Amino acid sequence: MNNLLIIGQYVPTNSIVHRMDPRIKMLIIFFYVIFIFFANNVFSYALFTVFAIGGTLLTKVPWRFIAKGLTPVWFLIVFTFILHLFVTKEGTVLVNIFGLPIYSGALEQGAVISLRFFLLILLTSLLTLTTTPIEITDGVESLLGPLRRFKFPVHELALMMSISLRFIPTLLQETEKISNAQASRGVDFRTGPFRERVRAVIPLLVPLFVSAFKRAEELAMAMEARGYRGGEGRTKLRELRVMKRDVAALILFIVVVAAALITRDYS
Amino acid sequence: MDITFEQVDYTYQANSPFEHKALKDLSFHLPGGSFTAIVGHTGSGKSTLLQHLNGLVRPTSGSVRIGGHTLEPNKKPKQAKELRKQVGIVFQYPEHQLFEETVEKDIAFGPRNFGVPEKEIHKRVEESAEAVGLDLSLLSRSPFELSGGQMRRVAIAGVLAVRPRVLVLDEPTAGLDPRGQREIMDMFHRLHKEQELTTILVTHSMEDALTYADHMLVLDKGEKYMEGPPVEVFQQRQALQKVQLDVPEIFQFLQKVSERFGKTVVYEGEDIDRLAKQLADLAGERE
Ligand SMILES: Nc1ncnc2c1ncn2[C@@H]1O[C@H](COP(=O)(O)OP(=O)(O)OP(=O)(O)O)[C@@H](O)[C@H]1O
Ligand SMILES: [Mg+2]
Repeated sequence: MNNLLIIGQYVPTNSIVHRMDPRIKMLIIFFYVIFIFFANNVFSYALFTVFAIGGTLLTKVPWRFIAKGLTPVWFLIVFTFILHLFVTKEGTVLVNIFGLPIYSGALEQGAVISLRFFLLILLTSLLTLTTTPIEITDGVESLLGPLRRFKFPVHELALMMSISLRFIPTLLQETEKISNAQASRGVDFRTGPFRERVRAVIPLLVPLFVSAFKRAEELAMAMEARGYRGGEGRTKLRELRVMKRDVAALILFIVVVAAALITRDYS
Repeated sequence: MDITFEQVDYTYQANSPFEHKALKDLSFHLPGGSFTAIVGHTGSGKSTLLQHLNGLVRPTSGSVRIGGHTLEPNKKPKQAKELRKQVGIVFQYPEHQLFEETVEKDIAFGPRNFGVPEKEIHKRVEESAEAVGLDLSLLSRSPFELSGGQMRRVAIAGVLAVRPRVLVLDEPTAGLDPRGQREIMDMFHRLHKEQELTTILVTHSMEDALTYADHMLVLDKGEKYMEGPPVEVFQQRQALQKVQLDVPEIFQFLQKVSERFGKTVVYEGEDIDRLAKQLADLAGERE
């Protein structure tokens, strides 16, 4: 499977973050994403940074794994930084590189925007690193619950989400199996002219679609056979419950946000 | 073609929390023309081992030699395509690889990729369809209209049509009806003899291992647990039970006989008549 991109990969280490209520995690991340844009000085940024790094440490997921998983994002972060260095023209000129002046304001802005970007990605990837797809959908269903009053199909949406999440690994596995089988029959997916490589995708896609449709049909039948009748009156095996640790995390987060709002510059 | 594994390790998703060592320090040698059965409990690494045989994966450490080809870590094999042409793999549930509009085209897919001349292809398609017991009238049908057993045969024919020198079979008869299983295994055995193939069979059927193989490899958790001719391996019933494997019925039967008569009867692959005579002698002695 793809170990380049960790977004969407669950790492079971059973840390305290793993055991948190998914709704609380999602709420915290949602508001973190909003409030980080209010930070505008060293102190307020430091607060948000400490919160994200501290959360990451608590997950007990190895740093090296997270760093490697963010590889594609590193590139974007560095790129953003460099772009700002050369484009922004504020403050005083610090140095000249090949005749291009680098302003102090550019350095500052580049650093700030890269940091913000990094923190956002880090914290959002913590959600999928520490929460199983089932928990995420349960959380979404519960958070969207109030919309039911407006005839919004909350349960159906959550079911669709959990089914797709459940079948992503299966489809990846299937893709690998079929591409192995076709490679053994002489298909070359990696080299050769572009047109040939596009044509090589057909023997991969056709069986993949065939099996996905077959799976969908079987799943639908199995669900009906077991008496699935939609969300009405349906109860849950694992009820989501807000525990002490969730309250503690929420309070901590509110304190961090409040402190950041107080210490930011209002001039 | 000779096949040699030297201290092969293979790790899935190395350097991640999901790291999984599927093969550990695996060494063995299979001479060209041999028929080897690989057995082992589910998850013991059989399918992983097979993927090394045509360079789909390379060992994490150690080396694999197949005829003149060598697979080593971090080194792209030269002539990968040539290797794949010579090593035909029938994967677990091969019917999932079918995709063409007609059975004929699907069987022709492999040979076409490997550059077999068009004139020759048609001949090979019919030949391999016959070998697997497919009615030639099915050739113009869509493979998706066939029964599961027929689809399996189409997929196998597609591998045979390339005319590999090494035939690798990953549970080729799983899920077929008993008679179909027999037919297909007999067909592989016949091809093995006629074309002097080197054959490697992964199977959960100890009876098949005993009937068809002349060499046997037992894997346990990615390590080599036992190796030798099937009749010798199956003498060690206790050792096999430790890794959740049974022995063929005939061995179980003879063990019961031995217990009953207090005299060991050893099965060494002799035919049933001679075995019957041995047993009759035993019974005679007792009277
Ligand atoms: N793509 C993969 N990624 C990670 N681990 C894998 C992958 N494929 C197999 N494994 C693991 O490697 C081990 C060996 O798998 P393998 O498929 O070789 O077993 P097997 O002996 O063929 O089993 P079976 O008899 O069930 O077919 C298993 O524990 C499996 O979970
Ligand atoms: Mg297998």
